[in-house]
Amino acid sequence: MSELRFDDVRIHYGSRRHGLPAVQGVDLSVPSGQIVGLVGESGSGKSSLARAAVGLEPLSGGQILLDGRPIPRRGRNRPVQLVFQDPYSSLDPRLTIGASIAETLPRGTGRSGRRAEVNRLLELVELDPALAAGYPARLSGGQRQRVALARALAARPEVIIADEITSALDVSVQGTVLNLVRSLQAELGTSMLFISHNLAVVRYLATQLAVMYLGRIVEQGPTEAVLRDPQHPYTRDLLASVPELGGVRVEPVAAGPAEADPPDPHQPPPGCPYHPRCPIGPLVRPERELCRTSRPEPVHRHQAACHFAGAANAQPLSVLTGGDRRESA
Amino acid sequence: MSEAIEASTTRATEPDRLAARARRSRWLPVLLSPVGAGAGIGLFLLLILAVFGPAVWRKRAEQADVAHMLQGPSAAHWAGTDNLGRDLFARVMVATRLSVELALTATVIAVVAGFCLGAAGFVLGRRANRAVAAVVNVAVAFPGILLALFFAVIFGVGAKGAVLAIGFAGAPAFARLTQTLVAGVEKRDFVAAAHVAGIGRPRVLLRHVLPNIAEPLIVNATIGAGGAFLSFASLSFLGLGVQAPRYDWGRLLGDGLTGIYTQPVAALAPGIAVILAGLAFNLFGEALAKGVGVTATINRPIRGRIRPPVGVPAAPDRPAGAEVTGEADDVLSVQGLTVSFASAAGRVHPVRGVDFRLGRGEAVGIVGESGSGKSLTALAIAQLIEPPGQVRAGQLRFLGHDLLAEPAHRNRRLLGTSLALVFQDPMTSFNPTRRIGSQLAEVGRRHGGLSRRAAAARVVDRLRSVRVPAAERRARQYPHEYSGGMRQRAMIGMGLMGSPALIIADEPTTALDVTVQRQVLDLLQSIRAADGVSLLLISHDIAVVGQVCDRVLVMYAGRIIEELPASALARDSRHPYTRALIAAVPHMQTDRDRPLAVIPGRAPDPAEVPPGCAFAPRCPLASEQCRSSEPPLLADAQGRRVACWHADQVTAGQAGPTIGTPNGARA
Amino acid sequence: MTSLAVPARSIGAVLNNSWVSFGLRRAGRLVVSLWVLVTASFLMIHLIPGDPVRAALGIGAPPSLVQARRHALGLDQPLLSQYLHYLHGVLTGDFGISMTSELPVSEIISQRLPATLALSLLAFLVALLIAVPLGTGLGVLTRGGRARGAELAFTTASAIFGAIPDFLAGVLLVWLFAVRLHWFPVAGRGGPSSYVLPVLALAIGPGAVLARILRVELLAVLQQDFVRTARAKRLPALAIYLKHALPNALTSTITLGGLLLSVMVAGTVLVENVFAWPGLGSTIVSSILDKDYPVVQAVVLVYGFGVLLVNLAVDIALALLDPRSTIREA
Repeated sequence: MSELRFDDVRIHYGSRRHGLPAVQGVDLSVPSGQIVGLVGESGSGKSSLARAAVGLEPLSGGQILLDGRPIPRRGRNRPVQLVFQDPYSSLDPRLTIGASIAETLPRGTGRSGRRAEVNRLLELVELDPALAAGYPARLSGGQRQRVALARALAARPEVIIADEITSALDVSVQGTVLNLVRSLQAELGTSMLFISHNLAVVRYLATQLAVMYLGRIVEQGPTEAVLRDPQHPYTRDLLASVPELGGVRVEPVAAGPAEADPPDPHQPPPGCPYHPRCPIGPLVRPERELCRTSRPEPVHRHQAACHFAGAANAQPLSVLTGGDRRESA
Repeated sequence: MSEAIEASTTRATEPDRLAARARRSRWLPVLLSPVGAGAGIGLFLLLILAVFGPAVWRKRAEQADVAHMLQGPSAAHWAGTDNLGRDLFARVMVATRLSVELALTATVIAVVAGFCLGAAGFVLGRRANRAVAAVVNVAVAFPGILLALFFAVIFGVGAKGAVLAIGFAGAPAFARLTQTLVAGVEKRDFVAAAHVAGIGRPRVLLRHVLPNIAEPLIVNATIGAGGAFLSFASLSFLGLGVQAPRYDWGRLLGDGLTGIYTQPVAALAPGIAVILAGLAFNLFGEALAKGVGVTATINRPIRGRIRPPVGVPAAPDRPAGAEVTGEADDVLSVQGLTVSFASAAGRVHPVRGVDFRLGRGEAVGIVGESGSGKSLTALAIAQLIEPPGQVRAGQLRFLGHDLLAEPAHRNRRLLGTSLALVFQDPMTSFNPTRRIGSQLAEVGRRHGGLSRRAAAARVVDRLRSVRVPAAERRARQYPHEYSGGMRQRAMIGMGLMGSPALIIADEPTTALDVTVQRQVLDLLQSIRAADGVSLLLISHDIAVVGQVCDRVLVMYAGRIIEELPASALARDSRHPYTRALIAAVPHMQTDRDRPLAVIPGRAPDPAEVPPGCAFAPRCPLASEQCRSSEPPLLADAQGRRVACWHADQVTAGQAGPTIGTPNGARA
Repeated sequence: MTSLAVPARSIGAVLNNSWVSFGLRRAGRLVVSLWVLVTASFLMIHLIPGDPVRAALGIGAPPSLVQARRHALGLDQPLLSQYLHYLHGVLTGDFGISMTSELPVSEIISQRLPATLALSLLAFLVALLIAVPLGTGLGVLTRGGRARGAELAFTTASAIFGAIPDFLAGVLLVWLFAVRLHWFPVAGRGGPSSYVLPVLALAIGPGAVLARILRVELLAVLQQDFVRTARAKRLPALAIYLKHALPNALTSTITLGGLLLSVMVAGTVLVENVFAWPGLGSTIVSSILDKDYPVVQAVVLVYGFGVLLVNLAVDIALALLDPRSTIREA
């Protein structure tokens, strides 16, 4: 029941000149008891942010606070836990399921106490407690992710960070894990930072949404508001790229510069990081030199970091228009 | 679902049950393989000799018989006698114990010292790790014998010095191996999870890292033990090893070599003993490595892959289904396509009878989850399945040519110019050691008969057409200098070097970001529009397929279970699996107040496809008929096809069956 | 910072060139390794338990002689000044005087080095000539599980050949071809025919191992995605093997080839003793037995330096072959 806050967090790998500036000044807050979605593509730095929050990466600047206090980086008391993306790498193949889960339990529980707790956790994630004696090789991807969730819960965390936890799962299994996450979060009140590149999944789970690009948050706000009325051209690009079944393809506002590839995170562009691809930026409208030279501040609606957010030519993108929309099941 | 080859442990993938089963009984096959059995017996004999040899032969070995010095082999002395008339054969037998003891002790020293050195970096943190790595790198550069000599100078001649020398000389190699193995395990998430749980580094090392690297270490230790025999022989030959009156094989070898030209057996006997002992350990270690799925890495590059054995299984009987009526100008016409492997679990048919056709300019998508057989279908059509995989089909025609009848090289030019392929992983699909331009030009020069200059020009032209910026400069670059999206576009460009009638794209955008995905899909669409090229798109993402293609084939457990126009996907699918799949995918209008739809159970492993309809175990409409007999793929008046006994119960407009309740669903 | 920007930028441009930075990194590593080598060979003497000089002169040697010898070798100086003196000597080519022959060590080395070089280089070439066609050919033959019999035969044969130590191979070769058949001379370095047996003895084992590894590597490479792409382009089989598969299989084979060359360089130690070959190998053994430490130190240094050079050559060859390796971090 705590608020996780990222305060001007910077993470830089490697040397000053040749290294990778993975995260460049992120301000993000996960309010107590809520799910915040963090969306970004490869190179956005979202995984680095997650790893830094649990102590796996050192910070180069800023701080990460839990209820105003720094998060312990050593010792057994770890109120922030992380669930990883790859179900086949997150469980030690040599340990039984029960042993893997019990590892995270706080110290001091006796043997029978541990066993009872492991059983309780397995039931919480809707798995048969008899699985505790078995090995991960027996389980499917979805089941492994649920065990990983149980392991994270064993530490009685106040915040759980889920890093692309369904990206490696088959579609038919994804729903189980997502439903579970939703119900657990509602039941336990744990705060959660849900990271994904899949907008539809994030929309389903999160009440707040933050969009990351090249180490910075370019837009954040209530999920509905951000998706209904995106302010930043990158958010619009993301929305337009989501393939939708059975509907009119949503067109982006304007065609971006032809085939601009995602830039190399090792050498972020000066000024606004998105300007080489921006459909309303200097490559399309040469008078907007500002984008090349000065970094936008998050002062607009949804804290959109764009010089021209909400300006005249940027019509709000309505995702709810379009013909034949199907109902959900 | 992208792949990564682990350092030395078996690669785990989604259909893991075969591998898991194999892992359970993996020690037995080791002992049953010819090499493993032979080496195993050799080791066993060695052990017996080491334990009992002295008891049996010591008296004979010590018995000096001055009258019969330096004699050749005879009935009384099988290997002849030495310079004091002692029976050489007996001496070789007795020497077994000392030789084995020394070799094993030295190996243990090498492994333990190497492991401690290599693992020290893990425990002490990043900086220490780098320092240790630097030291190990320097030490490993020196071959064992040099190090052994170096240490022999320090520790002095004699058995003890030799053991220490060879032990420490072998340590750097094990340190390097340990480092590599630890680095491989360290990357895996369960180690990170242990760190996040607050568990100290030494405990993580012992609890998580060590058990996961024990196997390769043991295998390499076994091989190292084999090498130790040779090292001892070398040192003793030089006079630096075991000193008189003790004797091991090396000592006997050294003594015997002085009289090699007159009495060769004196040296041959211990020499053969050394070779045999070394071989036994080496071969056993290698057999272990193969059986356990690990590649011995001390002297080898690190790679491993399990291959199913060869076999020619017969295809199962197919129920009579709708005949695919081909039309004259079809680009592709497939009937009864089957792909099979023989594996440890028996005959496996990942693709079981696929029929469809593809007309000019059409885009057809194949949708399915992992294990559905969609990728293998594409590979089989493209004639890229090699033995031990077997492809069978009633008919497989591309642009009117029968791909099965004619031998492969006849179709080479046709396939090389008219068929373009785009694979899933752009990172690994290009040869990393050659420039992109030359890889594209190959097609033009081989099949188009272009000169070098003409081919180069065409390369630049094609790269431009797929919108790779600065095409001339880019053509001279290597694949690793391209981004993922650009590599995929270069891949498409390569396919456009000829004038393809069909592009087969196997999960072309799965490994790409969604914004890049859109660009690549747009590119494919524009190529279709411009040149009337047909497209066969394989994907697990039903939305992508629905957006790009005209017609969609849904595959499950190796069969096509529905074929429908893309416009009908959203509301009008007939097969329960298709409906369930579509319902399960969250989209931007998914009702946030209801739980997500879920399909209970798992898709069957190709080795365990149930009789009857493969989807029956998970289907709410399943009846006895479904479980016992497989529904044929039947066409209706509009040309749509469905393979379901209850397809008529699922008509257009009706809400799909509720499949799976979220709480209590045990997937 | 801005005043340094311009020159910094051009230096940066030079440094950013991956070849230059690769070269600098490699050179740096070489220097460090050399320093470790020199220090190790220096420490070698001082790590010997007991008094090396007394051990060399024998127990009955008069103390004044021992003292004089210690002084001559500089062993009565403090450790640090001995070390600096040694470093200086190495850099100027002065390795001291041999304790047994009283000759300058550098002279001994320059006399004996060419024989060892000739032997090891020739053996390396022969090993390559055996291994590359054999390994590649068998790799192609046994791909996809074909020709199981050939695979078994090759694996076993190469294991056996690889398991025979080089000196034993030398002895067997001598016994068979020199003593029994009189085809080649028994020992010594003379005309071309005297090279045959020693070179073979050195080359057979490593050649067999290299062939084996090359086959495994080729098989692994044939499974890679880009080979599937090449097949999709319908290139003829020969082109696929030679232009796509082999260069990528060579990458790790070169690394191992380098290792084997080092092994071969070290193997000369043993083989030279079998064939009475007048090279550094026989020198170092006799020096160890005679406890002639200055010679031992110098020869260890020379061998070590040779190994480091081989590693450098391997790295350069790798960089030429696989452009990604220049970018990989040191």
